[in-house]
Formats: sequence, C-alpha cells, structure tokens
Amino acid sequence: METAEQIRDRLLARFPGAEISVVTNPGAAAQHSLLLGHAHARAIAEFLRDDAPLKLDQCSNVTGIDWPEKKIVETTKVTVPDPAGGPAKVVEQKSERVQPGYLEVVYHLYSIAFRHGPVILRLRTGNRTDQVTVPSLTPVWRACEFQEREVFDLYGVKFEGHPDLRRILMWDTFKDHPMRKDYVEPDDYEWEPTPHGAVLEKAKAHYPTPPAAAIAPAAAPTPATGGAKS
Amino acid sequence: MSISDLSPLGAQGGSHVRAVHDEFHGDLLEVSMGPHHPSTHGVFRMIVTLDGETIVKLKPVFGYLHRNHEKLGENTSYLGSMPYTDRLDYLCSMTNNWAYAIAVEKLAGQPVPERAEYVRVILAEITRLLNHTCLAGFLMQDLGCSGTPLMYAFREREKILDLFESLSGSRMMCNYQRFGGCRVDPSADWLEGAKQLTDGYGQFLDEFEALLTGNEIIMARTQGTGVLSPELAVAAGVTGPMLRATGVNYDLRKTDAYGVYPRFDFRVPLGAHGDVYDRYMVRVLEMRESIKILQQALAGIPAGPIMDPKAKLRGFRPKAGEAYGRIEGPKGEIGFYLVSDGSPNPYRYRVRAPSFINLTILEDMCLGQTVADAVIILGSVDIVLGEVDR
Repeated sequence: METAEQIRDRLLARFPGAEISVVTNPGAAAQHSLLLGHAHARAIAEFLRDDAPLKLDQCSNVTGIDWPEKKIVETTKVTVPDPAGGPAKVVEQKSERVQPGYLEVVYHLYSIAFRHGPVILRLRTGNRTDQVTVPSLTPVWRACEFQEREVFDLYGVKFEGHPDLRRILMWDTFKDHPMRKDYVEPDDYEWEPTPHGAVLEKAKAHYPTPPAAAIAPAAAPTPATGGAKS
Repeated sequence: MSISDLSPLGAQGGSHVRAVHDEFHGDLLEVSMGPHHPSTHGVFRMIVTLDGETIVKLKPVFGYLHRNHEKLGENTSYLGSMPYTDRLDYLCSMTNNWAYAIAVEKLAGQPVPERAEYVRVILAEITRLLNHTCLAGFLMQDLGCSGTPLMYAFREREKILDLFESLSGSRMMCNYQRFGGCRVDPSADWLEGAKQLTDGYGQFLDEFEALLTGNEIIMARTQGTGVLSPELAVAAGVTGPMLRATGVNYDLRKTDAYGVYPRFDFRVPLGAHGDVYDRYMVRVLEMRESIKILQQALAGIPAGPIMDPKAKLRGFRPKAGEAYGRIEGPKGEIGFYLVSDGSPNPYRYRVRAPSFINLTILEDMCLGQTVADAVIILGSVDIVLGEVDR
C-alpha cells in the first residue's frame, strides 16, 4: 500500500488547493495519518473510497480526541554581550505561548477489496467552544452513522450532513460532553453507602451529620445503636 | 428531573404501545420493545413502528448500560484497563484481552514469545467455540425452541468455563493476557484437558446440528429472514460472521495474519444469502474450523517462556504516539485505539466494539419483516450489551 506521503501527493494532484498534511506518529506503530481541511474532506473521502489502487471501502473505526489548550514553555538561548566588555553571556529566555485547544475526529479506513490499511484521516475543529462543526462522512461510509453520533454525544463535535445527529449513549436532556478532558462529574454522591477518599470529601457537604466513618475516634465510646455500622 | 426527562423519547417514553396517526400512513402502532425484554439479550430497546404486523420503522435506543468505559480507561494505567476489557463481553473475555494486548504491544513495540502466541490462539479459538455455541443456543431460544438447544449449548459452555477457571482463576472475567505474553503458563494437564475438549467438540456439534441444522421449522423461519446485501454490509462496517454470511471473504485471521495464524491450515466459511440461517450456518462451520486450528495448535505448541523477559508491567510508560490494534473476535473486528502522551495512563483509550457497529444496519434488515422476525434478526446479530453501551 502507498505511504501517507504518497497518498497526500496524489490527493493534492487531484484536489489542487485542498488542505492536506501528514501527521506523523512517533510511536512504534508508525501509523501515520492525513489531516484534512473541512472544505474538501467529503470529496476526498469519496475519492479514497472509489479510487482504483486504494479502494478504502470500509471505515472501521471513528473516534474523537479532546486536546484542551495547552501552555507551552519554550526556552531559547540568547547571547547577551557584556556591557563591561567581558565575554558574552549565554542567557536562557523563557517564552510562554498558548497552543489553542481543539477537538479531533479520527477515521480508520481499510480496504476489504484489497485487504490493506489502515489509512487514517483526521478532522479538527476550530476550537472547543463555538467552532465545533466538521463535515460528516456518514454519506460516504454508513459505518460512521452511530460512531459519529457517539462522538457528538461524548465530545460535542457537530457533524454537518449527518442524517440523524442525536445523543446515543447519554440521554437526550443531558447537558455536557463526558469524554472531554475538562468534564466535571456531577456532585451527587450523597447516597454512596461507604464514601471514602475524594468521594468522602464531596459527600460531606451532603450529609446532615458526618457519616460514622468520617468522625474521628471519640473519647467516650458511644452506645451501639441497632443497624448502625461504624 | 422527572422520569420523562430521563427517557430517550422524552415525554413519549412512558408508554409501551402508542397509536400514531399520520396523514401518509394512516394508523400505525409504535411499540417500545425493551429495555426489559428477554429477546433483547440485555437492556436494549427498539422503538418499532408497525403497519399491521409489518415493521415500517425501527429505531434502536442505546445507553442503558453505559458507564463510560473509555473514560475509565483514561483514568487508569495501561495494565489497569486489562480486567475492564473482560467486562465488555462476558463470553469473549479472552479475545478482548488479546485485542487490547495487541494494541498496546503495537503502541510500545513489544514482542511476544512464541509459546504465548500459541496459547493466545488456543484460548481465542476456545472462546470462539464458546461464543458461537451460546449464540446458537440463544438464537434457538429466540426462535421459540424453549430450553433444549440452549441447555445443550450451556452444557458445553460449562466445560469451557471450567477450563478457563483452572487456567486463569476466573470463569468469565479471565484477565489473562499481558503486554508481551500471558499471565500464567498452562500446565501439561491443562493442555491435555483442552485437547480432550477439542476432540469431543466435533461430536457435540454433530449432535447439535442433527437437532437443528436440517430442521424444517427452523429453515422455514430463518431462510430469507433479515437479508443483508454484501454491499450494504461492507459500507456499514459490518464485520465477523455477519459479514461473511453475506459472502464477503474477509477474516482478519487471514488478512492481518496476526499472531501465529498463518501457520495453521483452516478455511473461512462463507454464506450465500446473508439471511439469519446463513449467519447461524457460518457460525457452526466456523466452529468446525476452530476445532481444526485447535488441534494443530495443541499439537504444535512449543516449550519456552510465556512472557517476554524484557516486558514491563508495573510502571509501564509507552513513548508518545498512537496505535490501532484489532483482531478477529467471535463477534467481529474488536479493536482498540490508544493514544499515548508518555504518561502511565493512556491519553485516549477507544474500544471499537463489533456488536455496536454491527447494529448500524439493524433497521435495514428488519424493514418489511414482522416483530417476531425482528427478534431473531437481533438474535443473529450477536450482541452483548456490555460491549454495545460501554
């Protein structure tokens, strides 16, 4: 099978002006992927499905990844001449930049006809708040239907052109997207029978009196009450 | 929050049967099958719209067993997810373990010793026997053969579970595979037990098939029911026996040639019509091929270490990168997609669940059929809700 670079070059020849770049995978698996711009994504997907040497007729896996914004500290070495005339000093300068966050959708494509793969496509959203739309590939591969719904449900990526974009695993009135890295789980531990650790800290706020386990050993032994466990 | 908010249908969710008056279709009936319906194999729900007895619309509702398995995977170490993969599917814990191990081994570039590869193949094929036998039993139960075939199937299942228990300590939640090998070395006694099971299984299948395969009622009920075309099956990402029943020759044991499968001589059974009967038949034939693989693997298993001596279990931190590993599970392609950022926990842990994706075309297969057919079509898809809802 062609490498990701060869596929990119062929796609660029076929779709001049399309945004396609190769995302290298530094790991041992070396499964490199193609990052596509939104404008040509669906046309490229259709091309890859029908293309004679590739014929990627199966979209095996669709998934989301959340990349929250990240502070990157870069250290650069600058040579500062000594005003007193001595030898120049090498000073480390630290600069911070914020890498904007985005959501990513990853598609793993295989060919059943030619038994090769995977070719990996990636689509990225503009940010994690208001520009979360990417083109849906469900019209190209039906296999994306439920998996894109799952990405919409758990990550909040909106797929433009999906025939039935609803929540699939969480209930319809659920508000948040639980797979995002900054998701805060609801504080509803008051019925936890034996809270401990971090849950106990949360649960304390809900108990009218602290549960037995949270009380420090009392000086005088309390009379045993029926059914109460200590 | 009221009860109706929790229901996937909103305010309509409370009723199980409701009349739909529609200008186009006249009087239709909407039936909510499940989540607590014995034929749905767990907590799965289908909202079926009926015209008389014919299904004109079917919407599956998921999520009753959702516990965000993938988030749990991100919050625990690589090894910590291994026992959770058992809980995806109570029948196929060995293959789920293997799929996860293969993905992590790809991510970290971890080799596996030869003996462990053989043990993995043996366990995966025994799991295939287990899964397909139980599925055939469940399918017959759905068809209305109350009890008898399922009891025969469960008798064999007990033997297999006893084998799993003596090897891993647990009947269903085996937690057996590790990155770079297997947890314990099977003893000669255990291998002898596996050999006895393998040698006796053909006889059980003969008995099972004599009851079922040529049965006129079963043939009348299942042939031509729930037909799936090969084109739709490929486009919809259907994998495993479901795909092969439509006649598409695609088995990851052959195409990906993972493990030591290329050393074994076996065939890939294919269906011709893609109906419920073919799906049953492909599974029965697959079991016969599994017996062949087992006999070859048990005869050829080499001595040697069961774990790669350089494999690291505690404090395992693969380098940054990503990997997608997949194997041919009994239900279809089970895959794990892992993204590592160099920390002890995976940055992203994704399960490609075959029974979830195989349900994509449930509506297409059920349209124009009756409710009783929908039950056996769902039975022939082979779902386990722990895996569907994750």
